[in-house]
Amino acid sequence: MNNLIFSDLYTALPEIFVLGMAMLVLLVGLFLTERNRYISYILAQLTLLGAAFITTATHTPGVGYAFSGMFVDDPLSDVLKLMIYLATSVTLVYARSYIAVRGMYRGEFFALVLFAMLGMMVMVSGQNFLSLYMGLELLSLCLYTLVALDRDNPRASEAAMKYFVLGALASGMLLYGMSMIYGVTGVLELSQISSALANGVPDHAVLVLGLVFIVAGLAFKLGAVPFQMWIPDVYHGSPTAITLLIGSAPKLAGFALVLRILAQGLEPLAADWHGMLVLMAVLSIIIGNVTAIAQTNIKRMLAYSTISHVGFLLLGILSAGMNGYISAMFYIATYVLMTLGTFGMVLLLSRKGFEAENLDDFKGLSQRSPWFAFLMLLLMFSMAGVPPTLGFYAKFAVLQAALQAGYLWLAVFAVLMAVVGAFYYLRVVKLMYFDEPLDHTPIAPQLDVTIVLGVNGLAVLLLGLMPQRMMELCAYAVAHSLQ
Amino acid sequence: MLENHILSLSIWLPILAGILVLFTGSDRNAPLARWLALLGSLASFLATLPLVTRFDRDDGGFQFQEGWDWIPSFNIHYHLGVDGIAVPLILLTSFTTVIVVLAGWEVIQKRVAQYMAAFLIMSGLMIGVFSALDGILFYVFWEAMLIPMFLVIGIWGGANRVYATIKFFLYTLLGSLLMLVAFIYLFYQTNSFEIIDYYALPLPMMAQVLIFIAFFMAFAVKIPMWPVHTWLPDAHVEAPTGGSVVLAAVMLKLGGYGFLRYAMPIAPDAAHYLSGFMITLSLIAVVYIAFVALVQQDMKKLIAYSSISHMGFVTLGMFIFNPLGMEGSMVQMISHGFVSGALFLCVGVLYDRMHSRQIADYGGVVNAMPTFTALAVLFAMANAGLPGTSGFVGEFLVILGALQENFWYAFLAATTLIFGAAYTLWMVKRVYFGEVTNHHVAALKDLNPRELLILGVLALTVIAFGVYPQPITEMTHATVSQLLSHLAQSKLPGTL
Repeated sequence: MNNLIFSDLYTALPEIFVLGMAMLVLLVGLFLTERNRYISYILAQLTLLGAAFITTATHTPGVGYAFSGMFVDDPLSDVLKLMIYLATSVTLVYARSYIAVRGMYRGEFFALVLFAMLGMMVMVSGQNFLSLYMGLELLSLCLYTLVALDRDNPRASEAAMKYFVLGALASGMLLYGMSMIYGVTGVLELSQISSALANGVPDHAVLVLGLVFIVAGLAFKLGAVPFQMWIPDVYHGSPTAITLLIGSAPKLAGFALVLRILAQGLEPLAADWHGMLVLMAVLSIIIGNVTAIAQTNIKRMLAYSTISHVGFLLLGILSAGMNGYISAMFYIATYVLMTLGTFGMVLLLSRKGFEAENLDDFKGLSQRSPWFAFLMLLLMFSMAGVPPTLGFYAKFAVLQAALQAGYLWLAVFAVLMAVVGAFYYLRVVKLMYFDEPLDHTPIAPQLDVTIVLGVNGLAVLLLGLMPQRMMELCAYAVAHSLQ
Repeated sequence: MLENHILSLSIWLPILAGILVLFTGSDRNAPLARWLALLGSLASFLATLPLVTRFDRDDGGFQFQEGWDWIPSFNIHYHLGVDGIAVPLILLTSFTTVIVVLAGWEVIQKRVAQYMAAFLIMSGLMIGVFSALDGILFYVFWEAMLIPMFLVIGIWGGANRVYATIKFFLYTLLGSLLMLVAFIYLFYQTNSFEIIDYYALPLPMMAQVLIFIAFFMAFAVKIPMWPVHTWLPDAHVEAPTGGSVVLAAVMLKLGGYGFLRYAMPIAPDAAHYLSGFMITLSLIAVVYIAFVALVQQDMKKLIAYSSISHMGFVTLGMFIFNPLGMEGSMVQMISHGFVSGALFLCVGVLYDRMHSRQIADYGGVVNAMPTFTALAVLFAMANAGLPGTSGFVGEFLVILGALQENFWYAFLAATTLIFGAAYTLWMVKRVYFGEVTNHHVAALKDLNPRELLILGVLALTVIAFGVYPQPITEMTHATVSQLLSHLAQSKLPGTL
């Protein structure tokens, strides 16, 4: 074991910076009054900016390990971290006025968000079962607390309780699975596990049992069927700003976790986890899409749509090989971009004393505000995977990976279910464009929200017209990090 | 510089014009939106004219090609080019757009800018479909054009518009997605999305049949062929007049074009193998759907069913694999574009005045609207295939082609001359002639100058192509013979 040396700290510089700033935000928050609370907000945004700067400045195309191989700084982690900063920053912009009128605009909110993000960063850079687990727990605990932040809201408290109990169970399963793998191989670091497995181990049965627990734990965290039950309740019960947070950046971290554990550590067991992922992908796509049709609450609808998107993500991951992982990364990045915009729109329509939660709240939006209705139209068609929006290329990337891996029937099944999925996204467009508005309150967002939401919505279209750079970025990140 | 980018210009000019029209905003600026849209559509039409004047009629290959890398990760190119099949259809598209903008001039009073913009953008996207030479580029245009049509039917449509438009969207999406799977499969065979590479690719029979079926799902829904035609009557009935015109005049042709450009040349052996199946479906459409048209009470539904029946001719002409049949198909597609568009405009003229599409609500229209009736009867005759109108040429060529192949094909196809005349003329009799049935009809006003202009131009076109169809056949001839010789060669491995 080496001693802690400077290069270790250098490798983990973004994490250290975020940790310091999160504590600073927490401390400063104690001394702020309601009137100058914006300082916390600005500090949080500056933290994200600073972290982005550090990550970019310390970026190299190579792979650097730290803390005796527990932690890695590779292009995959850098790219995902930058996406996470961006997603978190956009989340804060959309959430600000929502939480302000609901009494959640407190220093703890920003500190918790930053700590949650620190958890995500550790998940992205973890190279050892313990560091990965630690990052996951840091993220999860912050999210449980954030869901319950509006403490007088019984529905939010219920959601937090559910989230906590099921999340803790999933963490337990994951840890149990890890302990079995450790028991068989005797190591915790991903690359060592991989080489130990490749050399052959005596007890394959225990290994597969451990794998089952790990996959179940991961599926819980991602929300794949049959471990999806918490998603609709938590999405629905949480304050919308928190739903936005749960639904966006952590998905990137969750993807990294799956990639690190399955593709890096347990790659030699691919034949075993493929079958499980195929089953979960098929079930997630069916149950997510079919159940979403029956929803009247947009947050629940989006929750089920998340489940189906997770199914598509798994389709990319199980089409193993670089191409599959690249397509999965492209898919998840696209998904996060669309989710940000969609929940941003839900937040936009909410105001003091009114939650725009029902699909009917979108009725006649094109008459109330043609511009925002157009942005939502783009987002919905993108979610449905209709070109020329970015969502199409995400589906395209995953489908071509599945076909390359020889899963013809899976690809045909996925496209058939995409038609089912298109139905409920079209229904939102129908409500916005074909129906008369029920509510005539003018939509008056703050300038920053208008700009960011506009950029977010148009990005779905413009990146759809020119998807090459984003594909290249994903290909670069994955190809330089996984061997 | 624009010399080499005629196709790009034809695609992007209407789209940019549409975006510009959108910026005129609310209905207070409606006149501005209308004039801008008219200007945009005229400019777009002019932009497509060089395709005709500079087209080399002896060359059956792709002309006006342009291309550059678009998504190098998947070897996807922005590659455009047209041959003799595509150019007439592109002209039809840009021409129809001008007509549609004029047709919606006074009728559309709500969200004018969005209406006009939708048609302009759709026009650009459809031209894109006709000129794309890269599978994914084609697919992007193909799907993207569903979005404006979805909105047009849903926003400006009739009472049951939501059902109709969602059915339209989902039906076509289902067909197209299987086509996407076929493209990706072909990509893994050739490492390219260029359709020219697909033409040269040898494929075993099983793969050809599956690819053909995937394309069939996309194009048969679009044409539409029996039995996947059920979305069309719904969509037509609920769509506003302009939507019906574009749907009938151009969108249905996309399916026919797709067969000629993709399904048949990529999987020629499967096309031969399944030609009996395709011909059967076509003949069912020709005969059975004609009977269905006979009993319709709603004028738009009647024309919709008549479109399906006529498109049966198009697919019949393609799958008998001889030059007469295939050129007949092309002429039939163009002619049907003008005739069905005009018929829908006629229904629109009546609907604007009476707010009814039911045949039973009319009778004796000729007494109140003599000029209009003269034109409407001309279009009806063209629909029934009267010699001297463009409707005759295509049907005649296809029947001749079918006769070379099999007497019974030709016999069954020829029955349409009777049934087509029956349902069309019976409608004409009930709507236009006879006693004036009620005072609403008696109070009808004849065509205004704008309507006269639109219908007059269409009438001239229908007669011109009926008397002298040479311009169309001249343009398609080289391409059709090249296509047929390509189709005659087996692509099974080992035979190339």
